[in-house]
Amino acid sequence: MIDYSKYLNDKIQFIKPSGIRKFFDIANEMDNVISLSIGEPDFQTPWHIRDEGIDSLKKGKTWYSPNRGFSELLKEICNYYKRRFNLTYDDKTQTLVTVGGSEGIDLSFRALIENGDEVIIPEPSFVCYEPLTVMAGGTPVIINTKNEDNFRLKADDLRAAITDKTKLLVLPYPNNPTGAIMERKDLEEIAQVVIENDIMVLSDEIYSELTYGGRQHISIASIDGMYERTIVINGFSKSYAMTGWRLGYVLGPAPIIAQLTKLHQYGIMSAPTTAQYAAIEALKNGDNDVNHMRDEYDMRRRLVVDGFNAMGLSCFEPLGAFYVFPCIKSTGLSSEEFCTRLIMDKHVAVVPGTAFGSSGEGFARVSYSYSIQHLKTALERIKEFLEELKQ
Amino acid sequence: MDKLLKLLGTNSDFTTAEIATMLGEPEDYIKAQIKEYENKGVIKGYQAVVDWEKVDDSYVEALIELKVTPKKETGFDEMAELCMAFDEVKSVYLMAGAYDFSLIVRGETMQDIAMFVAKKLSTIDGVLSTATHFIMRCYKDRGLNLVKPQHQEDGRLLIL
Repeated sequence: MIDYSKYLNDKIQFIKPSGIRKFFDIANEMDNVISLSIGEPDFQTPWHIRDEGIDSLKKGKTWYSPNRGFSELLKEICNYYKRRFNLTYDDKTQTLVTVGGSEGIDLSFRALIENGDEVIIPEPSFVCYEPLTVMAGGTPVIINTKNEDNFRLKADDLRAAITDKTKLLVLPYPNNPTGAIMERKDLEEIAQVVIENDIMVLSDEIYSELTYGGRQHISIASIDGMYERTIVINGFSKSYAMTGWRLGYVLGPAPIIAQLTKLHQYGIMSAPTTAQYAAIEALKNGDNDVNHMRDEYDMRRRLVVDGFNAMGLSCFEPLGAFYVFPCIKSTGLSSEEFCTRLIMDKHVAVVPGTAFGSSGEGFARVSYSYSIQHLKTALERIKEFLEELKQ
Repeated sequence: MDKLLKLLGTNSDFTTAEIATMLGEPEDYIKAQIKEYENKGVIKGYQAVVDWEKVDDSYVEALIELKVTPKKETGFDEMAELCMAFDEVKSVYLMAGAYDFSLIVRGETMQDIAMFVAKKLSTIDGVLSTATHFIMRCYKDRGLNLVKPQHQEDGRLLIL
């Protein structure tokens, strides 16, 4: 019997598996579960985008693309960032097409971080940043954002967390799981601290198109002094409902992109060819689809926030992504207890806030990437659950 | 208020409070808008989309193509009025193409519909010919998928 622990490296063994798995194994065993736990769009990729992908296969375009991605796609990405976020990147030197935004994040950590480097990660946030930091040889430094700040990263908290070992700040906004965004004033305050301390920023903007309340997403890269020290991660998964296609991109300073390209070249070769053809169509002709999906999400967002507030689970108004982060403290239960009892008693699945960091204790993540009818039924069941708890 | 009409068009089951929340508007405003649309005849009515095959009534529907000679002064409108007058006729459309009118007719049996066409529709002054096509199954009606199972599995996996 081989003891594989002696072959597996220490870092990978140190990383904990997702704590949420056992919880959802319970959910999978049950019938008639109303899930509010999924983190991808319920929309399917718009037909005209799918058609381009299918067409490329019919035409036999099944070979590798150039390492950085097709030149037409690189150009369209830069056009898109210019027209949507008023940022200019050069398609030949500052753009890299990756396998999802996820690969972009991983490449960035591996290219920037080495032993002893500290990476500041605001929480609650997506589960990948901490383990990928560890795998790259870095030390994660967690900042707990707060409900009373609408889960925005505050400059004072950032200042307090910086040491002479800090190399990188991760800025994941609009945020999974909280739905929080950072507005211009917030970003300017953060930028000041970043520039003072000469650190880099990894801005994960995958939910950038899903910004509500008449607000437009602002990238920290557009703040004075930040363009040269920001790596922007974005992609097609959430904006165009292309999660399964696995396509994203990195934008940033040319010397950084050059190094990321090297790593990408050796590790992945190139992003999927079919997905790239589809993505070109998405960027050229997909604006209306994005607007339509955003409007749909916005209606659901309002309904769900209103629903939770009405039943006594206070919810700050999330202005981004497709999640709501109600506070469940009034029930007297922990996040995990709340979610376990909710699924056992009412067959409604939501994700405990603690899955996204210890600052998620007392909260639950509710996704609204579902039909309005589904959401209404779920809200009714949660309301019943709360009433039964009181008795 | 396109968004309001779109919402009501997909599902008129929402309460005005729910619509107001979803559109970020005061409820009184929504109520007033709906009233205005009703008064102006923009909203003609509200009907449940029923999957009649699930109900234990016998019923059949047919799509009837009509070729007609339009009247001098009134064009096609008079013919449309005559067709609309029948209870059996559920929808009347003026078409551009190989025929002039498309009707959806409902009856209890195919024989029923055939007799209606023969005795009441074909005999209208101005009708040149009819072609009757029986509807065998309705899959989708007014944007609603009637054949999707009630509890359809979500194809997505849990992803954080």
